Amino acid sequence: MFRTRTRSLVVSLCAAGLLAGCAGDGGGVQSQKLSTITGRGKLICGVEGKLPGFSFVGPDGKYLGLDVDVCKAVAAAVLGDPEKVEYRDLNSSERFAALASGEVDLLSRNTTMTLSRDAAGGNGLSFAPTTFYDGQGVLVPVASGIKDLKGLAGKPICVESGTTTELNLADRMREQNIPYTPLKFQTSDQTFAAYLGDRCVAVTSDRSQLAGKRTSFPKPDDHTLLPVVMSKEPLTPATTNGDPAWADAVRWIVYGLMQAEESGITQANVDAKLAEAKANTNQADLRRFLGVEGDFGKQLGLPPDFVVKAVKAVGNYGEIFDRNVGPASALKLDRGLNRQWKDGGLIYSPPFR
Amino acid sequence: MNALLRRLRAELFATPADGALSVALIMLLSLGAFGFLRWALTQAQWAVVKVNSTLFAVGRYPIEQQWRLWLLTALLVAASGATWGLLRAHPRPDRTGVLWPRNDRLALVLLALIALALPSALGLTLAIQTRWWGLLLLLALCRWLAGRFGANLSSTGRRLAALVWPLLYLVGMVLISGGLGLVTVSPSEWGGLLLTLLASSFAILLCFPIGVLLALGRRSELPLLRWGSVLYIEFIRGAPLITLLFLGQNILGFLLPGGLAPERVWRAAWVLTFFAAAYLAEAVRSGLAAVPRGQLEAARSLGLSYPKALQHVVLPQALRVALPAMVGQFISLLQDTTLLSLIGLLELLGTARTVMANPAFLGRNGEVYLTLAVLFWGCCAALGLSSRALERRLDPHAVPSAT
Repeated sequence: MFRTRTRSLVVSLCAAGLLAGCAGDGGGVQSQKLSTITGRGKLICGVEGKLPGFSFVGPDGKYLGLDVDVCKAVAAAVLGDPEKVEYRDLNSSERFAALASGEVDLLSRNTTMTLSRDAAGGNGLSFAPTTFYDGQGVLVPVASGIKDLKGLAGKPICVESGTTTELNLADRMREQNIPYTPLKFQTSDQTFAAYLGDRCVAVTSDRSQLAGKRTSFPKPDDHTLLPVVMSKEPLTPATTNGDPAWADAVRWIVYGLMQAEESGITQANVDAKLAEAKANTNQADLRRFLGVEGDFGKQLGLPPDFVVKAVKAVGNYGEIFDRNVGPASALKLDRGLNRQWKDGGLIYSPPFR
Repeated sequence: MNALLRRLRAELFATPADGALSVALIMLLSLGAFGFLRWALTQAQWAVVKVNSTLFAVGRYPIEQQWRLWLLTALLVAASGATWGLLRAHPRPDRTGVLWPRNDRLALVLLALIALALPSALGLTLAIQTRWWGLLLLLALCRWLAGRFGANLSSTGRRLAALVWPLLYLVGMVLISGGLGLVTVSPSEWGGLLLTLLASSFAILLCFPIGVLLALGRRSELPLLRWGSVLYIEFIRGAPLITLLFLGQNILGFLLPGGLAPERVWRAAWVLTFFAAAYLAEAVRSGLAAVPRGQLEAARSLGLSYPKALQHVVLPQALRVALPAMVGQFISLLQDTTLLSLIGLLELLGTARTVMANPAFLGRNGEVYLTLAVLFWGCCAALGLSSRALERRLDPHAVPSAT
């Protein structure tokens, strides 16, 4: 009795974050964060909230988007219900503070993974697998006939000033020795207005941004994205370094979504696949992946069938992509780098063994 | 008709230069109006406002709990109607008043038009449309009843009736947030106009007493109180609101970790309150400075204690002088709530931004921002109008109105 009481006291103190350093040594599997979340009964997920295709509020007050679906998948895997999520809209300046102070459990907010953000001496984040490989692209009118960066030689290019976008453009053009005239604007709206006003022959920004903006053009099909990618922007969900067990759980839930696509498991057929795995003892890979045998869930501190729950809630990675930013959405982004590794992309789940 | 023509000629076409200027301005204005109408009627796609109207009104407030907001609206409407009627039934003793002045009839007709046209224009269901009509009827009924029978109310009765408002505010808080047997609705689910009005009314109501105390503190003869007030006011006035909001959101999370810090909405509302209090204190101080010293001295020499003299002699005069400045402060406070969207709260502007991020409505910025402008204008105009009415009622030198 006394022991359990002291223990619950310790747990609540840890949960309050007053004892630094007691997180992570909670006896093997059990993560402080996980028990906080299950105790609270909901996941608090930090999102951008105003980003087309990634996170926004639909007319019925429900959050939608690729980043949001990651939150839902984690909530489904941990708590068994994708709706048990409280979303916090975070701006770029407060996102890391919100994660560090424990205000959000998970940051799924189109955050680029970088060294300084990952390092313990930097922001001290722990990154899950990248859910969207973005990169800086160039949008040009189809009629211009421009096919690559060389075609832009001597031409004016619209770019937002004071951004890494501007610097990347300068770097890439200097590398290839292509002269050009940058037309700089303060805001993204001004930049695109100038492009549409024919003040420049091309506009550069993140490819997902360009695709999103293009849908609002009067004639979207008259504009095309050049196949160049000028910078690396791996947008990645993150947790803190403070709780490795929680970070592992999130990491493998996201990998689960990717592996599900690779294994051909979809939202529609996941139940059938589960029945198949249960019936057929020879399908060892499938049985382990769906939690019919083995203890992967237990090792992560999650229910054995966490992958089934996540996929049932939001579908596999490909379905999430298509629905939110791909062909089934208004953004109509190409899978590009976000294809499965078998199709030449970067989406690659390590084995579930 | 002739008189109108003559007036037009005198005002717009007095000299050839005047005439040319008038013609040019009229052409410019009609060109702008024509362009706007063409956009609004042919190019704009208003579906974004229709589909998201609930989101704009109450944000992510759970649909099955929205009856509570309707109930609150009905209570507010009833109280407004009753107050309106009582004010007309009890004109100031030194003035004559009529029960139904022309402006009141006009206002009622205007409200009726809005209640009839707006819900159907927004494509709301018939059930919701009938609720709007019901609210209108309730307003008219309460206005009529209070006007008809309110004259019999004694002055104590009127004082008690005024207590309905603070009571209603508390009831409203319970209805919105839950508790006392109602399902709790977390502040993170409040949004849209609801959050804007809630945050601004909370800040306006609380910053007033704090501001008055700060203003009195700044004029106090006790050094600690005086310097404390000066320090506070100058610190707040020296920092931009957005900085303080960020401070509230980010620092409190570290100081009181693990869910002990108040909800983000409340943190923001308190920051707004403390911010507005500093500015309000300066408005009140200007009012205090306008009251001649003799007033206080006379009151004291009549044997009133210092607090009594302040309460009955100095403050009423000071606040009347400061009223226009204070209302200006309230209006800018209402508009300052848009900054909450930058700290990730879904008040009106935040809702608008998230709606514009919906791929189904990409590029519909004009429609959304125009809607926002109309909503804000409506709220600010209501504040401005009521403050003007209050000023007229408090003005000791006003000529009795003839209407």
